[in-house]
Amino acid sequence: MKKIDARGLSCPEPVIMTKNALASKEAAYEVLVDNVTAKENVSRFAMHQGYQVQVKEQGDDFLLEIRK
Amino acid sequence: MKNEKTTIAAAGIIIGLIAAMLVFFGNPANMGFCIACFLRDTSGALGLHNAAAVQYIRPEIIGLVLGACAISLAKKEFRPRGGSAPVTRFILGVFVMIGCLMFLGCPFRMILRLAGGDGNAIFGFIGFALGILAGVVFLKKGYTLKRSYKMPALEGQLYPVLQIVFLILLVAAPSFIHFSEAGAGPGALHASIVISLVAGLIVGVLAQRTRLCMVGGIRDAVLFREWKLLFGFLAILVSALVVNLILGAVTGTAYFNPGFAGQPVAHTDGLWNALGMFLAGFGCVLLGGCPLRQLVLAGEGNTDSAVTIFGLMVGAAFAHNFGLASSADGPTANGKIAVIIGIVVAAVIAVSNTVRKSEA
Repeated sequence: MKKIDARGLSCPEPVIMTKNALASKEAAYEVLVDNVTAKENVSRFAMHQGYQVQVKEQGDDFLLEIRK
Repeated sequence: MKNEKTTIAAAGIIIGLIAAMLVFFGNPANMGFCIACFLRDTSGALGLHNAAAVQYIRPEIIGLVLGACAISLAKKEFRPRGGSAPVTRFILGVFVMIGCLMFLGCPFRMILRLAGGDGNAIFGFIGFALGILAGVVFLKKGYTLKRSYKMPALEGQLYPVLQIVFLILLVAAPSFIHFSEAGAGPGALHASIVISLVAGLIVGVLAQRTRLCMVGGIRDAVLFREWKLLFGFLAILVSALVVNLILGAVTGTAYFNPGFAGQPVAHTDGLWNALGMFLAGFGCVLLGGCPLRQLVLAGEGNTDSAVTIFGLMVGAAFAHNFGLASSADGPTANGKIAVIIGIVVAAVIAVSNTVRKSEA
């Protein structure tokens, strides 16, 4: 399980971090973001790459669980 | 995700329609919306520069910020954040404005100029696209202005509240606020306050919901093969073009005038149109969004974006105080030097904030 903390980063850095991480071909990833735009963008990107995304709210943040 | 593309295309069509109609209601030609021009006019109204032709508190800006703010509050997306390299963002804002005023328009107006038949905007677009690609190179290598952090509620609310102050100043029109006199130039051309304000509110809401961003379209298409934002960009272009053609047919006054010479609030120097927008595109990628997107983010409580807008406004003041802004006669020597300095400064900022990451 690879964890990525993309909180507070400007567009499109959370997606770039996710893209780079997905290249390692692990089974599952967790991406932590702190705004709705990043949540949408990372989810959309992961789904386009054929992953499943589950979103959990953690206080003000969103935890995205990404798996094949 | 098809749904998202339909939504942003629909929003783009409405925004293009509103932009074209604002010209019908009194805004300068091909300038229904122009974030750079309108912030510049507002700077002038506040006396930050004394260019008598371009002084007016533009209600479209006020509406955009308040519309984005209201909808983000309603959708629980209002998040006061800040602290991600504010001084760097301010400086980038200054130079993005100098680039825009070399071209005479922000990326939004660039679309509207294309929709009005202004061929000079093609050169602007080429420079803009190349500037975005330059920014993308650094993004891929790990460019970042580091994280923003949670801020107190008031910190995030101040910029939207400031818009209400501007609205009061606009309506009350005290003598220390400068307004271009009739016939003095673009600053004197505007739709009524109510129409401009409502137009800004609607576009602010739509831009907030769709995350519309003029640099994001090309950027995301290159980086991720993600076309959503580019759909919005194209929808605005097509919609404004169609409405311009309809307005021309209905009113008998041409709103679509294909050509290069004599275009409204524009010049024909292709190289400097391209270089101005290169700087704007490059700088906006480094900032994470175009001037319109910065207004929307500031409305959502992003204080880094608010600082960026202050940079844009100060950049506009420099542009007119130092003779950097172009006119219909073309670019100025000072403006050319400033754009070159801007490209160098943006490149230095890009290089020094690009960190090779072993482990993100």
